[in-house]
Amino acid sequence: MKVTIVDYNSGNISSVINSFKEVAKEKVNIEVTSDLNKIKSSDKVVLPGQGSFKTCVEALNNIDGLSDTLNEFTIINKKPLLGICVGLQMFADIGYEETETKGLGWISGKVSKIDNQGGKFKLPHIGWNQINIVKDSKIFKDIENNSHMYFVHSYEFLPNDKKVVSATTDYSSNIVCSVEKENIFGTQFHPEKSDKIGLKIIDNFISL
Amino acid sequence: MLKNRIIPCLDVKNGRVVKGINFVDLKDAGDPVEQAKIYSDGGADEICFLDITASNENRDTIYDVVKKTSKKCFVPLTVGGGVRSVEDINKLLNCGADKVSINTAAVENSKVVVDSSKKFGSQCIVVAIDAKKNGEKWEVFTHGGRNNSGIDALKYAKQMEDSGAGELLVTSMDKDGTKSGYDIELMKKITSNVNIPVIASGGVGTLDHLVDGINSGASAVLAASIFHYGTYSINEAKEYLASKDIPVRI
Repeated sequence: MKVTIVDYNSGNISSVINSFKEVAKEKVNIEVTSDLNKIKSSDKVVLPGQGSFKTCVEALNNIDGLSDTLNEFTIINKKPLLGICVGLQMFADIGYEETETKGLGWISGKVSKIDNQGGKFKLPHIGWNQINIVKDSKIFKDIENNSHMYFVHSYEFLPNDKKVVSATTDYSSNIVCSVEKENIFGTQFHPEKSDKIGLKIIDNFISL
Repeated sequence: MLKNRIIPCLDVKNGRVVKGINFVDLKDAGDPVEQAKIYSDGGADEICFLDITASNENRDTIYDVVKKTSKKCFVPLTVGGGVRSVEDINKLLNCGADKVSINTAAVENSKVVVDSSKKFGSQCIVVAIDAKKNGEKWEVFTHGGRNNSGIDALKYAKQMEDSGAGELLVTSMDKDGTKSGYDIELMKKITSNVNIPVIASGGVGTLDHLVDGINSGASAVLAASIFHYGTYSINEAKEYLASKDIPVRI
């Protein structure tokens, strides 16, 4: 099996690479690339993303054919894809960080700044928070409800159809922190930085 | 609910862990990779490496330490000390650091903070402020606490937030190494003045000091020697905070 981490200059992906390699050991081949043919021939794809919605979308669009290839992989061929942090946010139709930017449009909805209630809550939302699992998700196999995950973000994904939401986390409001729609998975938190329990989520995705 | 973080800090010199009393009188105390792994297995919410002599000496050892640590520790890793440029930040991130803390370079040229937070995202840019009280105000020190910039620490904290810092790591120079607790007045003033998370640092000697740090408004508490010399384990610290109704990850 081949799992590809998409390297599209989306910021720091070393930790994602390290964690997937740690989980995969010898049994799974982890590729880190933006090569379209390698992505097409993968069994699973990981779409990381750090920085802003705008810079990540721009970085994605800067690589000729990448968004079409990801679209084909995910929407047409229905192969499993995991978006992490801004990788998840890009599933949306539109994002409002820095300026209005069009997303991949895979899961209808928008990405807006977390309402910090006039400064009552600090932003970014940084640190360990508990996840409230609201529906069975394949990546949550053997993950207990209220497990702690590591977050760092100031924007949140607001999907139109709440049925895609698999977990939320309680900050200034109930923030969507995990989604599952058919073969599309996403986490707002960073499984690669969430210690053993995060590695278990990565293992669940690899084992799909 | 978001939990308050406990962050053990490992001062690293030439690839080895040391911890100073008021930044001098160093004492070798172990291998950073092993130490970091012990801390992350023990429940540390993050690990912080501070390359303390980086401004003067060969920095390549820290890259190697970060590379090795990031393959073994799967909690966030913050690295600081001697970070001068966007390129330095890029190198540390590529080695596997999750956040980079900038001290002297941010004071000398806030553009480093502006540029790096735009390029890599605010989430990985921590501005470290070493502050020392002078009369009614606190002044920002640079170069590992050796030079007084004369800059007002409260104004500077706000300016760094505006420049794109994702977090502030505030160290009291007066308290560092004294084991007499954080400079609570300083922490209160800074945390109430900015809307980004603040990590309190400098002066922890007891578990009550950690409680005081959180109660002063800090989102995270950083400590070195109390953990490093085994006075308390990370878990003991967390249990104690929990017993004082402070939310922690256990």
